[in-house]
Amino acid sequence: MRNIWIIARREYKLYFISPIAYVIAFLMLLIIGILFALALVYYSNNAFMMPMGAPDVTIVTQPFVFLMVLSLPALTMRLLADEQRMGTMELLLTAPVRDWELVAGKWLGAFLFMLTLIGVTLIFPIMLNGVVDPGIDQGLMVAAYVGVILVSAAFLALGVAVSALFSNNLAAFFATLVVFVVFWWMFDLAAGILPAGGEILRYLSMQSHFYGSMNRGIINLSDVVYFLSLIALGLFTGSVAVETRRWR
Amino acid sequence: MIQVVGLTKDYGARRAIENLTFEARQGEVLGFLGPNGAGKTTTMRILTGYMPPTAGTARVAGYDVVSESLEVRRRVGYLPETVPLYPDMTVFDYLEFMADLRHLPNADDRVAEVLDVVGMAERADSYIGNLSKGMRQRVGLAQALLHKPEVLILDEPTIGLDPAQVVEVRNLIREIGRDRTVLLSTHILSEAQQLCDRVLIINKGHIVAEDTPENLQARLFGAERVVVRVRGDAEGLEERIAAVDGVQDVERKADGGVEFRFAPGQDVRPQVARAVVQAGYDLLEMRPVGVSLEEIFLQLTRDNVGADASNE
Ligand SMILES: Nc1ncnc2c1ncn2[C@@H]1O[C@H](COP(=O)(O)OP(=O)(O)OP(=O)(O)O)[C@@H](O)[C@H]1O
Ligand SMILES: [Mg+2]
Repeated sequence: MRNIWIIARREYKLYFISPIAYVIAFLMLLIIGILFALALVYYSNNAFMMPMGAPDVTIVTQPFVFLMVLSLPALTMRLLADEQRMGTMELLLTAPVRDWELVAGKWLGAFLFMLTLIGVTLIFPIMLNGVVDPGIDQGLMVAAYVGVILVSAAFLALGVAVSALFSNNLAAFFATLVVFVVFWWMFDLAAGILPAGGEILRYLSMQSHFYGSMNRGIINLSDVVYFLSLIALGLFTGSVAVETRRWR
Repeated sequence: MIQVVGLTKDYGARRAIENLTFEARQGEVLGFLGPNGAGKTTTMRILTGYMPPTAGTARVAGYDVVSESLEVRRRVGYLPETVPLYPDMTVFDYLEFMADLRHLPNADDRVAEVLDVVGMAERADSYIGNLSKGMRQRVGLAQALLHKPEVLILDEPTIGLDPAQVVEVRNLIREIGRDRTVLLSTHILSEAQQLCDRVLIINKGHIVAEDTPENLQARLFGAERVVVRVRGDAEGLEERIAAVDGVQDVERKADGGVEFRFAPGQDVRPQVARAVVQAGYDLLEMRPVGVSLEEIFLQLTRDNVGADASNE
């Protein structure tokens, strides 16, 4: 446990001196902010004309998870691939640290960074709460943010696993992007096209576990279990990948 | 401290080392001498728990490198061939990170200590990316020393350093090696002779010889070699020297010197000197010749000394 924390702490600090992490955080906040402002303007212009509901927290969480699919690969790509490239993998794999502790530490470092970013985005719902009357739906807000946290944790775990397979950041980035796109959209798409197996494919799809429930204010145990399983899958695959590196 | 039995490693179809068996005793500085691709790094990576062998066993500090890998890693300090450093960390932060990973109490104090040992105390706050190669090597060495390991494994610790740095790092290793078991690899024979109590010569994945540096030289050549130089034209010098009793293998070198050998214990240098002077030459120099690694390998493959040298 202590080793995980030591590795996570270094990784977390590293994000704060990494230009890529700053650019991603900045772009995410910028795009979410623009969409947020547009939604508010649209609402205030049309509020008296149509009987539509006030905007809720999903005007933040919906674009947020979408942006994660495209940008989180850039946060996870270097986690293990860079260690391999720089030769520091030899240092970590000959230190008294278990392979899974290394992988879990890398994941935790990235997750703490994402938690920080997610924390910053809370300014949007807080602002929204002040604008709409009588304030936003608190239950929905909690559920949607739990969803965002779980989605990011699952993506990061998958990203660490892919990073363990590469020694080149760019290759890791594109491979991770493919994995994310498949898990987010492709299973749903395949379920619509294929004659059979739709149930299973739809269960595997990440977006249905987010949009279908948590982004509507419902926290189902089955959705939570789904995301936790994805995290476990990612960390396990990553550990196996690190271990097989040794055997090559 | 290190016991290796029948160690073999295949990379896919390529066999990097085959059936290595050797031992390093407590407090010994053991040299691993071999040309590029001999399998030095491969062996060291197995001993440090970086990767498992294909066959054979190795024990370091009493623990098996495969089944008790973590115990081994706790007790070994390792300086890999390409020194693994994070360029965007400061020297101090890097060493502190490594000290934390090893759960050292008072990590900061220990880091300051090893920085002193390797003479990098004033550069503690420099970014590693801004250090010279020699300084990086020393930071790598500091990392290997942090936890006062029982066994130190150093893969070509002086490679790529300028001559002054080489001397410094060698002195450092000699200092460290006084109370610790050290396994170091090199392809410089003189380095092995200076630093090591015992040398293993490894070529193409096999141990071809194993002995103290002095014995190795004596046994491989069964003789001492001497070069003679005279002023001016050395016409006929070979014949004069060859005529002395006990002289073997007289040979003229390209630079004009004449080399010969004599069996250990039958020092014929005085007789040779007299013969040369009596023949009217102006004797300028007569000195023993060091043996190069290349010559050792030539010798080993020519006479197949390796077969008996490694079978003991
Ligand atoms: N990761 C690898 N994959 C495939 N082959 C490898 C790998 N590492 C080493 N080899 C091969 O194994 C053999 C031994 O290599 P090794 O690096 O152990 O030699 P070395 O004695 O350390 O050489 P050098 O003096 O150049 O460092 C070489 O033929 C090398 O090509
Ligand atoms: Mg090597």
